[in-house]
Amino acid sequence: MKIIYTHFLLYGSMLIMLVVASVIIPDNALYADPNAFNRLMKPPSERNPSPAQDGIHDPESAGVSSLQKPRQSFGALPKGKSGNYVDWVKALEGGDIAPRYDRDDPAAEPVIMDLNIVREVKGSMPNVVYPHKQHTEWLDCSNCHPAIFIPQKGANNISMASILLGEQCGVCHGKVAFPVSECRRCHSQVKQTTASMDKKASAQKEVTQ
Amino acid sequence: MMSLLISVLVPYGPGLAEYADVVLNRESDKAGVRPVIFPHWFHRVRYQCRVCHSELGFEMRAGANLVTMQDITDGQFCGACHDGEIAWSTENCDLCHSALPGTAAGIRGGHETLGPGNW
Ligand code: HEC
Ligand code: HEC
Ligand code: HEC
Ligand code: HEC
Ligand code: HEC
Ligand code: HEC
Repeated sequence: MKIIYTHFLLYGSMLIMLVVASVIIPDNALYADPNAFNRLMKPPSERNPSPAQDGIHDPESAGVSSLQKPRQSFGALPKGKSGNYVDWVKALEGGDIAPRYDRDDPAAEPVIMDLNIVREVKGSMPNVVYPHKQHTEWLDCSNCHPAIFIPQKGANNISMASILLGEQCGVCHGKVAFPVSECRRCHSQVKQTTASMDKKASAQKEVTQ
Repeated sequence: MMSLLISVLVPYGPGLAEYADVVLNRESDKAGVRPVIFPHWFHRVRYQCRVCHSELGFEMRAGANLVTMQDITDGQFCGACHDGEIAWSTENCDLCHSALPGTAAGIRGGHETLGPGNW
């Protein structure tokens, strides 16, 4: 009797494990398909994992199941292309969120400075427009000046290499603010380069000939 | 049994955490408690960056802040809000000390830039 009972327990729990496993494990994790369409890019199903499955929270810790799942919150916010997959600029400006300026006064408002700094970029990439507005909606002047940037147009030598090393714009972008992969949010001012004008000019010549 | 089940069921690597989650672990492992996970996404819905990184003096660099439990109960760092008035108080150890033991400090979630926070 005892043996049958332990067998029942053993196989019963194995069956439950299998059922649970087939529900929880995404197919691509178990039978990693060598010819999956996206090999390196994260599929949408793996974005914004819930805390118990994100690889850093301890699922055995009593508190973890009480934490909010990112998707519960983000469902109500405008979508972004990377990072949290939320467009935080639109979320703020559209009033979907109202992050406090002050620790306990919900009515305090930031001093917003609307000053764009255009940085001309060598080569074919569009110029960078640095907007003070979207930054002072979140940050104090002292978060950037003078430690990260001298407050004077053109006084800072900024390059993509140093951004990727986590300096200058890369102190925040790629870590907390939208990632560096969204090139066109920074490189937003299309320029009339001589190369593209030459191309257009020669294209026009061909048409007229 | 449960931990075995979980270790089989969770094929995610550390890079898959939510973008901008920060693990704080200067003292936790040493003191035998789970390391702390700070979720940026959750807090930025409620607070602008300046509140923590200017008003409350958190350095904008993972690992640069030496936070102790005593500071927190004295009302500094996380304790400036987690005081039972603005947000739930420090008695809820598990909500903050929620990381797998041994999780290295630093920023998580597939950040793309290198630098001090990328340990
Ligand atoms: C500026 C105020 C403030 C500071 C500083 C702060 N928090 Fe919070 N935190 C909040 C508020 C508000 C909530 C929501 C509380 C509630 O649900 O009642 C919260 C919630 C949380 C949650 C739960 C998130 C969820 O899923 O519900 C965690 C975890 C957390 N904080 C960790 C921390 C840690 C760790 C620190 C310090 C490194 C910290 N917080 C500092 C205001 C703050
Ligand atoms: C997120 C970082 C950041 C924040 C926050 C910020 N700035 Fe700037 N600021 C910059 C950058 C980048 C430049 C351009 C520097 C360059 O071109 O080398 C700049 C340039 C300036 C300039 C020079 C303009 C010119 O035409 O020469 C002034 C003045 C300035 N900032 C003032 C402020 C003030 C006042 C605040 C707060 C209300 C502020 N900044 C907040 C990043 C920031
Ligand atoms: C101190 C942190 C910090 C630094 C440094 C910083 N940013 Fe930002 N930036 C932010 C935050 C926060 C936002 C809000 C959007 C978000 O979090 O994704 C933002 C938003 C922006 C936006 C607005 C995008 C839109 O959709 O309107 C642009 C453009 C931008 N940053 C460019 C830059 C450039 C260029 C630099 C360097 C010259 C820079 N930022 C440096 C924190 C920073
Ligand atoms: C957070 C804002 C930001 C993002 C995102 C960004 N850049 Fe840049 N980029 C800059 C700034 C600022 C400069 C320096 C402009 C200058 O010379 O003053 C720059 C310069 C460049 C240059 C000129 C060479 C150099 O290294 O200075 C190239 C090429 C470039 N970026 C390509 C890209 C590409 C490709 C992407 C997307 C993968 C990208 N950038 C994303 C801000 C950004
Ligand atoms: C609001 C978030 C939060 C809560 C709640 C919290 N802690 Fe902490 N605790 C921290 C942070 C942040 C650190 C610093 C982590 C590090 O650097 O390793 C810390 C550090 C510690 C340390 C390391 C040594 C020391 O004394 O500083 C111990 C032990 C500790 N906490 C125990 C507890 C216990 C027990 C509770 C519940 C009564 C608790 N914590 C609740 C955030 C929290
Ligand atoms: C509720 C408090 C809080 C808010 C709000 C907050 N942060 Fe943080 N931030 C932290 C804490 C805590 C750390 C980790 C410090 C440590 O490890 O010592 C951190 C770390 C950082 C780092 C360092 C990452 C690295 O890899 O070195 C950056 C950059 C940063 N925050 C930017 C931001 C930006 C941008 C915002 C606004 C969109 C923001 N933070 C909002 C508390 C906050």
